[in-house]
Amino acid sequence: MSQAMRQQAADTLVKVENLTKHFPITRGILIQRQVGAVQAVDDLSFQIARGETLGLVGESGCGKTTAGRTLLGLYPATGGKVTIDGRDVQSARGHELMAIRRRAQMIFQDPFASLNPRWTVNAIVSEPLRVHKLCQSSQERLQRVEELIELVGLNRRLINRFPHEFSGGQRQRIGIARALASDPLFIVCDEPISALDVSIQAQVVNLLEDLQDKFGLTYLFIAHDLSMVRHICTRVAVMYLGVMVELANRDDLYENAQHPYTRSLLSAVPVPDPKTARKRERIVLEGDVPSPINPPEGCRFHTRCPIAVDICSVEKPEWRNLGGEHWVACHLA
Amino acid sequence: MDDKVLLLTVRDLRTQFHTPEGTIYAVNGISYDLHEGETLAVVGESGCGKSVSMMSILGLIPIPPGEIAGGSALYRGQDLLKLSESELEHVRGKEIAMIFQDPMTSLNPVLTIGKQITEMVHKHMAMDQATATKRAVELLDWVGISDASRRLGNYPHQFSGGMRQRVMIAMQLACTPTILIADEPTTALDVTIQAQIVELVVRLRVETGMAMIWITHDLGVVAGLADRVIVMYAGLIVESASVDDLYENPRHPYTIALLGALPRADRRRDHRLKSIPGAPPNLLVKPHCCPFVPRCEYAIERCRIEIPPLDSVAPRHKIACWVDVDTGGPR
Repeated sequence: MSQAMRQQAADTLVKVENLTKHFPITRGILIQRQVGAVQAVDDLSFQIARGETLGLVGESGCGKTTAGRTLLGLYPATGGKVTIDGRDVQSARGHELMAIRRRAQMIFQDPFASLNPRWTVNAIVSEPLRVHKLCQSSQERLQRVEELIELVGLNRRLINRFPHEFSGGQRQRIGIARALASDPLFIVCDEPISALDVSIQAQVVNLLEDLQDKFGLTYLFIAHDLSMVRHICTRVAVMYLGVMVELANRDDLYENAQHPYTRSLLSAVPVPDPKTARKRERIVLEGDVPSPINPPEGCRFHTRCPIAVDICSVEKPEWRNLGGEHWVACHLA
Repeated sequence: MDDKVLLLTVRDLRTQFHTPEGTIYAVNGISYDLHEGETLAVVGESGCGKSVSMMSILGLIPIPPGEIAGGSALYRGQDLLKLSESELEHVRGKEIAMIFQDPMTSLNPVLTIGKQITEMVHKHMAMDQATATKRAVELLDWVGISDASRRLGNYPHQFSGGMRQRVMIAMQLACTPTILIADEPTTALDVTIQAQIVELVVRLRVETGMAMIWITHDLGVVAGLADRVIVMYAGLIVESASVDDLYENPRHPYTIALLGALPRADRRRDHRLKSIPGAPPNLLVKPHCCPFVPRCEYAIERCRIEIPPLDSVAPRHKIACWVDVDTGGPR
């Protein structure tokens, strides 16, 4: 290994190679046979560097959440390989798996469903501490919970309350405190702000940024709000119907998108400025996203693509590098 | 807008809900006008009273626990708040139509969409079955649903979210209403589908000349759509201005803060987001001063004592605030 490659390997925290996740569709009650598969995620390859925020965007049903969950080993992958901090997620068992779980955490979209309503904040935030045996005594654990709660901007006196006593934004903070408890390196943030009001979204995003600066965290930020993604992410990946279509540095993607899907997605993002909004040209896509059970042959986007040519319906476009950090899967790019 | 015919005049509307936890002060005296052909956007966060205020004027608030505690809503000379249920039924759907956020819960899942649209036409326009069906096909075609005559026999679950919203719009436009109230019609949809629906609604508005009230929490969607914008907070209107004025020259601290909290997809990041400190207001307390005071960076003594009235600061630009944000002192 050359010096440069070793350097790169050390800087990469998460490495994803050809990750695929298909959910089988079965028929029959006693004798179940597989009759098809929902091809939720197909052949994803990318890396996340230490300390960066990679945005994963796409419309509902494009497989971004499934990708995030499979990446952490919450779903067994159908194919491919994920390594987090040098450990293979799919083959890990026992202590190895515990070590990965401790270092890779998740923040969920719904701050109401992701906290146990019958547990106090103390019980919720201290669970990772108990599971991973990170504190010597209950005294130490309590102290750590109070620390975590203050770290996310809540009052330490609130730790004996239940989730229903908090607002959506406060609940999301509790979820963040829980994710931080086990001292993670990597956090998958699955639409962490989409259930929150605008004024609260900014609070949570700023908190996530502060925590990243403080602890050197690495984020995979899954979202459909492209404005917020541009604000918070270093690089952005775009998914469509289970496949990655484009990946580039933030400003490169927003200013120089190469994939027709990315372009239409960006042109549809509302801009809070009447003059710009009136001038903008929208690339409005026809129709709806096809079913991931029988995705279109060739390029999965060709059925809605405004510039598709013959080859697009026949041959699957290669995932290629356009130079620098810009990757795209399109015959015409 | 002053030369256009005044369609709807709402004055001092107050709506409350009496719950076991106490009275929720949802709408606390709001006044606005809507002119013919105008698109008015009502913007605010959840719980600010934007939906409740619209449902109040259409008699869609369940009473009890709800109560219209005061005010008037004049539509073509008659006060909607004083109409009986049967009189209201003639207004709803025919004169003033409303579409909602979730088209799945507003469509009947066990009736075909053909049945649901023809029922609407039948009820308000006294058409026979054949004409009504023909009208339904026209309507579906108009909102961009292909193969309309075949799709009349489909049930709501056979349509995607965006298509369902189109069906809802077709249904509500069946009787060519003069006002269409759209309550977050694109919030549940993806951005590309949202763009389709916005484009559709803008086209239909131009073709019919109807007035529109667009309720949303998204200052982005409104920018390209509205003529005038009302910003609500805690059941009160805090700012009302033309769309250009509001975005270029916001005068209320809450509007300024909201715009500062929005990231932009069309610009490079140049600063950290300005977050609004604190939490949304508690609606169980009747407002006795400016409800934004606990979160306001401009607040002065008077803000804690008196509710500011909605005053003009420029032609057609009103704010409810004691402070001049330019000087930081009282206005």
